[in-house]
Parts: sequence; structure tokens; C-alpha cells
Amino acid sequence: MADLPLINLTIEGVSLSVPKGTLVIEAAKQAGVMIPHYCYHSGLPVAGVCRMCLVDIEKTPKLQIACATQVAEGMVVNVHGAQAREARKGVLEFLLINHPLDCPICDQAGECELQDYVFQEGRARTRYTPTYAKRFNPVEDFGGDVLYVPNRCILCTRCVRFMDHVAEEPILNVSERGDRAYIGIHPDRRLDHPWAGNVVDLCPVGSLLSKDFLHKARAWELDKTASVCTGCSQGCNIHLDTRDNVVVRARPRANLEVNQYFMCDHGRMQYRWMNRGDRIEAPLVAQGDGLVAVSWDHAFARAAQILRGASGRAVVLASPRAATEALFLAKRLLAGFELTAAFRVERVSGEAPLAGVPNLALRGERAPNVMGATLLGYAEQFETALQALNRSAVVLVVDDPLDGVSADQLRAAGHVIYLGTALPDPARAAHVVLPVANVAEEDGTFVNRDQRVQRYFQAKPAPGMARPAWWVLGELLAELELGGPFTSAAEAFAWLAAEEPRFGGLSYELLGTRGAVVPAGQPAGVSA
Amino acid sequence: MGYPHKPHPKEMVVLSQYFGDAEARTYDGWVKRGGYQALEKALAMEPAQVIEMVKESGLRGRGGAGFPAGVKWSFMPKEKKKPHYLCCNADESEPGTFKDREIMRWTPHGLIEGCAIAQYAIQAEVTYLYIRGEFTEPLRIMEQALAEAYQRGVLGSNAMGTGKRLDMYIHRGAGAYICGEETALMNSIEGRRGNPRIRPPFPAAYGVFGMPTTVNNVETLASVPHIINRGGAWYKSLSLSHPKSTGTKLFSVCGNVKRPGNYEVTMGFPLGELIHEVCGGVPAGRTLKACVPGGSSVPILTREEAESCKLDYEGCVEKGTMLGSGGLIVFDDSADMVYQIMRLARFYAHESCAQCTQCREGTAWTVRILQRILAGQGEQKDLELLLDLSEQMTGKTICVLSDSCAAPVVSGIKKFRGEFDAYINGTRRPRPVLVHA
Repeated sequence: MADLPLINLTIEGVSLSVPKGTLVIEAAKQAGVMIPHYCYHSGLPVAGVCRMCLVDIEKTPKLQIACATQVAEGMVVNVHGAQAREARKGVLEFLLINHPLDCPICDQAGECELQDYVFQEGRARTRYTPTYAKRFNPVEDFGGDVLYVPNRCILCTRCVRFMDHVAEEPILNVSERGDRAYIGIHPDRRLDHPWAGNVVDLCPVGSLLSKDFLHKARAWELDKTASVCTGCSQGCNIHLDTRDNVVVRARPRANLEVNQYFMCDHGRMQYRWMNRGDRIEAPLVAQGDGLVAVSWDHAFARAAQILRGASGRAVVLASPRAATEALFLAKRLLAGFELTAAFRVERVSGEAPLAGVPNLALRGERAPNVMGATLLGYAEQFETALQALNRSAVVLVVDDPLDGVSADQLRAAGHVIYLGTALPDPARAAHVVLPVANVAEEDGTFVNRDQRVQRYFQAKPAPGMARPAWWVLGELLAELELGGPFTSAAEAFAWLAAEEPRFGGLSYELLGTRGAVVPAGQPAGVSA
Repeated sequence: MGYPHKPHPKEMVVLSQYFGDAEARTYDGWVKRGGYQALEKALAMEPAQVIEMVKESGLRGRGGAGFPAGVKWSFMPKEKKKPHYLCCNADESEPGTFKDREIMRWTPHGLIEGCAIAQYAIQAEVTYLYIRGEFTEPLRIMEQALAEAYQRGVLGSNAMGTGKRLDMYIHRGAGAYICGEETALMNSIEGRRGNPRIRPPFPAAYGVFGMPTTVNNVETLASVPHIINRGGAWYKSLSLSHPKSTGTKLFSVCGNVKRPGNYEVTMGFPLGELIHEVCGGVPAGRTLKACVPGGSSVPILTREEAESCKLDYEGCVEKGTMLGSGGLIVFDDSADMVYQIMRLARFYAHESCAQCTQCREGTAWTVRILQRILAGQGEQKDLELLLDLSEQMTGKTICVLSDSCAAPVVSGIKKFRGEFDAYINGTRRPRPVLVHA
């Protein structure tokens, strides 16, 4: 785009220069002017049907739609002039005559573009005679996670265009004509494409709804937190929506470098485990036959005692779902040992690509930080590491669920320190259990498959005494006078960036909410 | 026009010369009447020369918009990099218009010849004849003529023995009015839903299958052989009023006249004479009340306006209406204008493609208000509302279907307000209409 000539224009009195070919609606965003629209979406081909973005362009006889008009030299655009406002007021009145106005029972209420624009520039009262019937069609289950409520539909066709041009599985259409029109689905097909859930986000009104989220919460009760999807190694940027400290849904967050505006249905369902109730709520130490809850100070003292007293070999069994910070600090903690650092990851054969977006798919590697672990020198050699346990003085488990690992296997090592969110049976063999926060409860970073380091933010508090792994490991490092402590994840990351050449120059500030690719170079610890 | 009535002396018979003459439908019959000479002549010319000749004739689009045909052709890329297409718009579905049907029924070879010449002029390999789904008889006749044209070597890979490729395919519509809109027609040919496209890009740059395309009406194309045969200057001389409106025009006359049918007159012919003399006037004992000169989409004319209107593009605009497709609907004093306007609006509400908000919702709302007025439940403010909705439905959508719905409503309320008032204030007996078509 850089080599395109610049075009000068004025939008609502703001002068700006944008590359040739830019649409007026996009140029307006840069001028800080939001032109109301329904059918237009930056991630979809232009349809130009809702007629909501009509603007007044000087020297053109008729109002023009900003979504299909390219900028021209010297163009003067009036978005909020009387003529354009009147036209949009007309569109809004037309859209409402067949709309049920059932906002009180509609999931979209509070995040509905129809509500927003009517409130912003619509009529206070309709002129539609109340005795006229409104169009009625029954609610239809489109399959997958999608429910279609045709009465609320404004026929913007975003869903149709998504399936046609982005998912490239054209099974939705506009059926019938005139005001009888509705969104139709292929009679023999269901909306079960792995990325079909995006139509719910794309729908500007409450016509396409998520069955999973149905009647769960009102939009205004939700807190939104920027996060990164944990479903696979793609690292789609997402929002976690929480209500009363419970994650109720995940939605895509735009990042043109990674996932554009989309996320897959598998990723959407990841929020569920973030709310699991069987969490470890206090540090535990082995005493007699069992584990007893102790204070953090007590637990740190016990762990430090173990580590000071041990030498020789050590093993880290890490989860590729753990934060980059935790993976780094775990290795630093055992720096004095002859260390075997390993992870394992669930692999599913085959990917589920979103055809219309390059390099976007639900990946076979079903964990978000495989690349982070790899860059930090962890090897995907879990079995080898298990075999090394009986020769090791210490094993540190970092949130691996320990499926298929027995307590006896762990006990083969001299000491077991378990850092985790929940307590699987084999972990009861640990000498010290340190409860940590999950992805929704801490700040941290993941590195996606394209070596892009991306931050995620805390969306809710951790249960009980559980703390972020960077804090726990930082305290322990401090106890051993090896580093730390840290007062924030940013500090932990700063140490990581200073110590690990592949992360050199990166900082939380630089990563922002969109992330950055690690500087080029041979990943440490990768053998061919 | 020669069918079903003998031509009226005031008619100027060019296109309709062989209407009613079944022998003219066959290849041999057509050649005997001088057919395919124009094509032969055109194929010996340079394409640019053909375009020049049509430009000179002043021939304008007969589908409604009245855009100069030669100019439209000249928009096609001169240097050919991709396949070009010609689409013959035979989706004649404007209420009150039935001229293209007669051209196809009686002079199918005339249309094929016109298409072939235009196709050659714009350097298109293929013509699509997009025929309205309801036209079963014209379809059968066109198919027969097309088969004959291929058989006799008029069309094909060696058209008229010149080595040039001229292919022609019939594509049958499924009965949607909107498919007569040129971009919707192209979508329909491609097998998509017949929705109008946003312009730009225009068809000459990005048309059917994304290739440079010209879309012309049947009557426009059928006029081309006559221009080639007799010269642009001759065609240009056929003008009774404004020099920019040339040639002859078929008018499909229906409604309250003694002899409804297709009549061909020279551009600029007085509308009053067409109704009162050529068509025999309104039925005995009745008087002319109003008429729609260009198919249902154009503003209605009162008797006074109609009787002083010249039938050409400029003459109609002068009276605040449009020549349109030449579908002349005549109303006498027995006509209920409120009902007639409701009936027109209902057509548009039924045919709206549902893309643009104003059209999808506005046309249907307009019908409901008109039906309410007819049922005696209307209020004065409903008329203001109708006018306001019409304003919102004009000039704000992708195509002009919603403008077409608004035009008769606005002109009807303006010119026949008394009839609306009568329903509203109860002086006229209510006429409840079954809700919605």
C-alpha cells in the first residue's frame, strides 16, 4: 500500500491524506468520524445494501454510500449534514417497521447497532400504524452454535457474505423477495463449518445468536478483557467477556496480522475450563500421609529448602498452555541443575482453515504456547523426561495435567514440586503444591506458531490464594537469591527479554495489544 | 402495426411492418423481405464504422433510460483483452409494456440480425438473449429462429461465411421483474440471484462473468438493421419534435381505449392523437382522465398534460414524466386512481429484490398505507407520510425500483388528491382490499 499515491480530502471539516483506492467509510475512521453502517464490514466484500452510510459529497447530485465510494482528490464529505442525517433517519425508520423491538428479551441488546444508531439519530416515535402486522417467521436452528431469529433480521447479508467469501462454504442465502425476505439455509446443510460461529459476531442485530450464550447475560453486565485464544497454536486475538468474575464467552478481537476479525468455534468453547471449580486454593505441603494447606511463606520456605538441599539432575514437565514468563522462570529456578525441560501437546491430525483468510486455521497443535516453550529450550520429549525422573533430584511440574503419569513415576525423583491450577491425583505425590492462576486470571504472554509474542490480560481474580505463576516463581527465586521478586508480569517479562536473546528488545509496552514477532534468529534449543 | 389491427395511416411502420405476417418468422420469409442484408453490409464494415453509423442515427435506448445506443457501444474497450458480451434484454416485464413480445413473436430474425450487428460492433463473441420466463410463445419462436439461423450459417463460428464468430444463446428468466435491470440481468445469467449490482464498475468494464458487456433492449437492437440498411441520416430524419429523439417508437397501449395494442409512431408524435385517433379514443360515453406514458414506473399525466404531450424523451420530461419503455396505460373517468396506484405499488412491493432497505420496507409500507386509505381508515397525515416515504425512496438505492414505486404515488397524490381525500373523509364508499399479494 505504501507505494500508492496519496489523495487529499476533507471529511466533516477534517483534512487528511489517504492512499488512492481507500473507501470513504475507512478514510472517515482515520479522520475520527464514525459513519453509521450495517452491511459494511472491513473483513467482508462490499454489498452496499443497507444504505445506512449515505453521506453528502459536495458536487455530487445524490447522496452516496460511503462504503462503496472511493476517495477522490479534493473531495469534501459531509457526514452529519441535514440531508444525510435525514436519509439515515429514513433508513432507521424503515428498518424498524418489521423489527419486533423485543430488546428486553434479546441477547444483542446493549451491543446492538440498531439500538445504537436509532438512539443516536433515529426518530423518537415510529409513524408505522400499530395495527399493521409485522413480518413473522419462526426461530430457526441453523445448526452448529447458531440460532436464527428472522424477525429481528435487517438483511444486511453479512452472514451470507461471510459464508460465501470467507468460509467459502456458500450455504446461506437471501430467500424470498421484498419485505418477505429472510436468510435461508441450504435444505440439506447445517451451519457446522468450524468457523461458522463468526456469523453471530458479524450480525449487527440480535438475529443470529449463539446457542451457548443464549440468555446467559445482558451485554451491559459484561466486562471485556483483551486475551489470546488458548485453543491452538494460531494465537487468535480475543476478548474474554466476564460477568461477576465468571467467563461467559470469548469473542474475536481484530488483529489483521493474525486472525483478522475471526475466531473458530473450537476456540470459542475454551472459556469453559477457565471457570472450573475444582481449583487448588491454598499452597500445600506434604505432611504424614497427605497434603496440608499452609501459608505462602511456609510453602516457599519448604520449596527453597528442597531446592537448596538438592543437586545433580532436575526435570521440568511444563504445559505449553503456561505463560512464556512461567516457562522462563521455571528454567531459571533450576538453573543450577543438570536440567531436562520437556513439554507435551495434544495433536490433532488435520487443520480447519478459514479459506478466505491467508494463514488462518484451527491448528493441529492444540495449545497456545508451543512456540514459546520451544524458543525457551523446552523439548517435546515428555516420555524421555519421564524416564529421567528416577535419576533426578527434583521434578518441577508446571501445570501439566499429568494424564497417564502415576504418582510412583513422579516419586522416582527425589522431590516433586507441583505448580498448577488443579490437583490431579498423581500430583498428590508432590512435596510442595503451589496454586497458580489460569490464563483468565493473570497477565502473561504466549508465542504463536509464527513466533509472534502476544500479551493477554487478567479478566478475573484467581480463586483463594492462587497467584500468577510469574509471582510464585519470582518469590521462590528471590527466596533462593537467584532473581526476582516481581511486582508485575511486565517485570518478569523484562528479565526474560534481558536474558533470552530471542526475546531481546521486546517489552510489554512494545507488544501492546497486538503483539510483535520475535527478532529473527535460530531458536534456542531446537535441534534440527 | 399490422396485428391485430391494420396499420393506422398516422403510424410510421418500420419495426412492426411484418407484425401479423407469419411467413416473416421463417428464415426464407425473412430473407425474401430483405432480411440479413444489413448484417452482410455491417460485417463488411469496420466495427467502429457501425458504431459511428448508429451514433449518427441518434438511436436511444428503448428500454426506458433513453441512453444513446452508439455511445453506449463506444464505451466498450477498443483494444480487446478479454471476451466481450452482448446481452439482449428481453425480460420485458414493466406493467403496461408488451412491445418486445410482439417483436419476438413476429420478427425473430429481425432481432437476431440486430443482435448480430451489435455484437459485431462491440466485438463480442457471444450474445445472451435474456427472455422473460412468462414469454412461452416468444421463447418457442425465438428458439426456432435461432436454430434456423445457425443452420443457415448466419451464426456460428463462420458467421455469414466471413470467418467471424457470432454465437447466440437464449437464457430464460424465471419471472422476476428486477431481472430486467441490466446488472440484475447479468447476475441472473451467471446463475446468481437477480440482484442489481452497485455501480461503478459499469457493465462496459465489468459485466457478465466480469467481462466487458453491453446490455440493450429488444426494440433498440431490432432497430439497428433498419439503420444499417437505410443509413443513420434517414433514421435521424424521423423526428417530429425534438432533434435528439429520433426514429420510430412502439407504444403498447392498454387500459381504457377502444383499440388497445402496439402502435409504431415517429418520435415526437402527439400523445393526444395516439389515444384519441390511432387507438380510437376512450370507450363511448367516457372521458379521458389520466395516462401513464412510459410503463408503470413513470409519473402519471392528467388529461390536460397528456393531450399536450409530445411522445419523445424531451417532450415527456417537459410534462414531468418519462418516455420510459413506451407502455401507455390509459385511464378514463371510471378509473379509481387510488386503487390503481395501490395496485402499482403492490407490484413493486412484490418485485423488490430486498437488497436496499428503503425499497424492501418502503414499497410494502406504501402498499399498506394505500390499502388503509382504500378501506376508509386513512387520515390526512397518511398522505404526507406517503410523500415523505416516497422522498426517502427516491435516489437513495442501488437501482431505481423504489423510485419507480414512488413516482406514481407522488404524481397521483399531487394530481388526484381529491380522490384520496374522498376516501379519507368518507364521501367515497370504502373499498377494502385483501391484505397483501
